[in-house]
Amino acid sequence: MKIQQLSLFLENKPGHLSAICRTLADAQINVVTLSLADTQQFGILRLIVEPWERAQEVLEQAGFVVNVREVVALSVEDRPGGMAELLETLNPSGVNIEYMYSFTARRADQAVLVFRFDDPDRAIAALQSANRPVLDPIRLFADNAS
Amino acid sequence: MQDLWNDGNSPVHPASAADYLPPPRLRELQSHRLQAVVARTYEQVPHFRSRLEAKGLTPADIRSLDDLHRLPFTVKSDLRDTYPFGLVAGPLGDVVRLHASSGTTGKPIVVAYTANDMAIWTSVMLRTFAACGLRRGDIVQNAYGYGLFTGGLGAHYGAEALGATVIPISGGNTDRQIMVISDFGSTAICCTPSYFLRLIEAAVAQGIDLRKLPLRVGIFGAEPWTEGMRARIQDQSGIRAFDIYGLSEIIGPGVASECEQQAGLHVFEDHFYPEIIDPDSGDVLPDGQTGELVLTTLTKQAMPMIRYRTRDLTRLVREPCPCGRTLRRIERIRARSDDMLIIRGVNVFPSQIETALLAVEATLPHYRILVTRQDDLDELEVQVEVTAETFGDEVRSLEQLRGKLSESLFHTLGIRAAVTLVEPQTLQRSEGKARRVEDRRQLD
Repeated sequence: MKIQQLSLFLENKPGHLSAICRTLADAQINVVTLSLADTQQFGILRLIVEPWERAQEVLEQAGFVVNVREVVALSVEDRPGGMAELLETLNPSGVNIEYMYSFTARRADQAVLVFRFDDPDRAIAALQSANRPVLDPIRLFADNAS
Repeated sequence: MQDLWNDGNSPVHPASAADYLPPPRLRELQSHRLQAVVARTYEQVPHFRSRLEAKGLTPADIRSLDDLHRLPFTVKSDLRDTYPFGLVAGPLGDVVRLHASSGTTGKPIVVAYTANDMAIWTSVMLRTFAACGLRRGDIVQNAYGYGLFTGGLGAHYGAEALGATVIPISGGNTDRQIMVISDFGSTAICCTPSYFLRLIEAAVAQGIDLRKLPLRVGIFGAEPWTEGMRARIQDQSGIRAFDIYGLSEIIGPGVASECEQQAGLHVFEDHFYPEIIDPDSGDVLPDGQTGELVLTTLTKQAMPMIRYRTRDLTRLVREPCPCGRTLRRIERIRARSDDMLIIRGVNVFPSQIETALLAVEATLPHYRILVTRQDDLDELEVQVEVTAETFGDEVRSLEQLRGKLSESLFHTLGIRAAVTLVEPQTLQRSEGKARRVEDRRQLD
């Protein structure tokens, strides 16, 4: 099950990130997690929000360029080797990770990993055949609901 | 033949004699030459003939300089529209040289010279060097670019004709320039003033004090500069820095030059007749008023230019110069009446930047051009808004976009521009006339 992630272009300047957060806050949208890729000049903000359709709408209305990308979320046990084992299950499939980020879920023993694969469907198939179920949006958001 | 200039102590080079013509004689000469060039251009250039006919004029109507204002202007787009050889007067077989400079679009503008034009160009550059105090025995390091650009070869021929020793080093390769200055004992250098400032910095970094070397004269042109830059150059290098003026459409360098007074540039008006016009109305302004410089080539054969609008703003000074030359002077060029930018000596039009952006992106993004001068060197920055079409969600794709835009700009402009990607809807939208250019260079 794939999750919709919003990507935004961001200039590397003071105040730009807070403007995005303010837009979401005013629309009562909760940010489940985010990641910021930065270069010297600009950054790309990647957001997992609920509900994403509404977030996209308000951000675009505020003048941001928003790109929707499908990502895959997995939970992994928060212990040494947890991530290594997970990634090894992917090796035979040959899928490539374009980027990933992680966050700690509310359940103390679990971390959540968010992946952008070059081929999400093949990655999901590989994970499922290794008995590594991907998180569906309901589960992800429920686990992280306040 | 006795070389009066170089053998004796004559203050005047024979080629510079025309610099000192009594004004009434000079006007007679100009009037005579004007009639000849108008008649010849009318006969040989259909583009000009139809312009004249549209105004109900024939060459017979131009009897003196007083009639000059009746003639139509020639503008840069006339050269572009007739690219490459449409304005050549007479058979192409008589042309011995072609040069080109950047135009407002991707195509350059082409200029042509007969053997006689080359001789005139050489003579006005010789007069330029003589006015800047050079003579036989000087070693001239010519760091203007050789090639299609008129600067390199124009200066080269003039300096050789003067009897100087010419080092055709061309532009760039700063370390080698400094090596040659110190090892060859160059006494004069030709380049853009901003490039010379770079040479000063590089020399300092190498522990070389230019003030202790034989270098004594700089002949600087091809870009606007300031009295502040002159003071800095003269102070830091111990040379005298002279401003020269020219443009390919007229002949290249050699249209006007400063003399030892460093107070305005004498126009070699026995060959290039200057007028100052109101850039909006086109009306001729009296000497002393600031307006757009318009030049008519009085003697050129291959590509005569009648009332060519230079877009450079200046004023004509008629008052006698203490140097004794009777040629009128123009003030240092400070501004232009069109949107052309001169960056590191290269002509850049905003329309070229649009062309370059469009070569990468399917639709023209919002952009802004920012020109700054850092440590007296021009910097060009193009800010481009990211759009939904160009924004992937990967850093790599944005870096690729930036790289492509940067390459396209270099390909089109011939100089490097910094490309900055900015957020959408952040650049000011133009209302009416586009305000996409911000030139932050301070020219005093």
